[in-house]
Amino acid sequence: MATVELSFTPLPAHVRTARLVATAVARRSGVDEALMDEVRLAVGEACSRAVEEHRLYCPAEPIRLALTDTADRFLVVVTDNCAPSATKPPGAGFNGGDDSPGAAGMPAGLGFAVIAGLADDVEISETAAGTSIRMSWPSAGGAR
Amino acid sequence: MDLKLDHHSKDGIEIVDVEGEIDVYTAPRLRELLIELVNNRFYQLVVNMEKVEFLDSTGLGVLVGGLKRVRAHDGSLDLVCTQERILKIFRITGLTKVFGIHDTVDEAIAAKRSEK
Repeated sequence: MATVELSFTPLPAHVRTARLVATAVARRSGVDEALMDEVRLAVGEACSRAVEEHRLYCPAEPIRLALTDTADRFLVVVTDNCAPSATKPPGAGFNGGDDSPGAAGMPAGLGFAVIAGLADDVEISETAAGTSIRMSWPSAGGAR
Repeated sequence: MDLKLDHHSKDGIEIVDVEGEIDVYTAPRLRELLIELVNNRFYQLVVNMEKVEFLDSTGLGVLVGGLKRVRAHDGSLDLVCTQERILKIFRITGLTKVFGIHDTVDEAIAAKRSEK
């Protein structure tokens, strides 16, 4: 098992860096090239959500991205360090702002829906420390 | 790749050419352009996404916001896109039913004209 970890300050510009790193590690892990767009988009969505969440509630804290190559899966975990708060509206952190899909009369949590539609396997968990999005795709275990 | 934006008029319709990546970092620039066009009374818009390399839900939100703004003036916002990787996100989110999506700018213009 090999893991690459990335920690970044919650700036929108860093989301692209996270996507590039995730794609590079996925490719090295043996993820099929046909799945690469899905990995890129799902990781971008998860990181965008975390950035929005951090900018609203904990701008000084870093976001963590862990990319792990197991025997047959490429595992991505995006973790924010914003503790769940009673003041947060449901779906906070996804597409906030004037042009959010929610603001346009669309369901909140569109980013979650995109991730669920893209990733083969998704698990979202909230802990005392924050929210963690775990996604995985089949791989050939190339980095071992 | 960063985001490149340009726009021009064709047959009375404002064409917005978008090139590069539309994400949480770059989407605000597209939003500002769409707001500027609406403020300048351009209510018939075609967003040409043929050179868009990446689009996430933030970008979708901006496009939906633009659509909402032009519709408030009885306008419309159509898209030009044939790339499967971009069309996929519209399909996943059900937005293929919200936007008119065309293969070429000329086809989008013709569709708008037939609506009038």
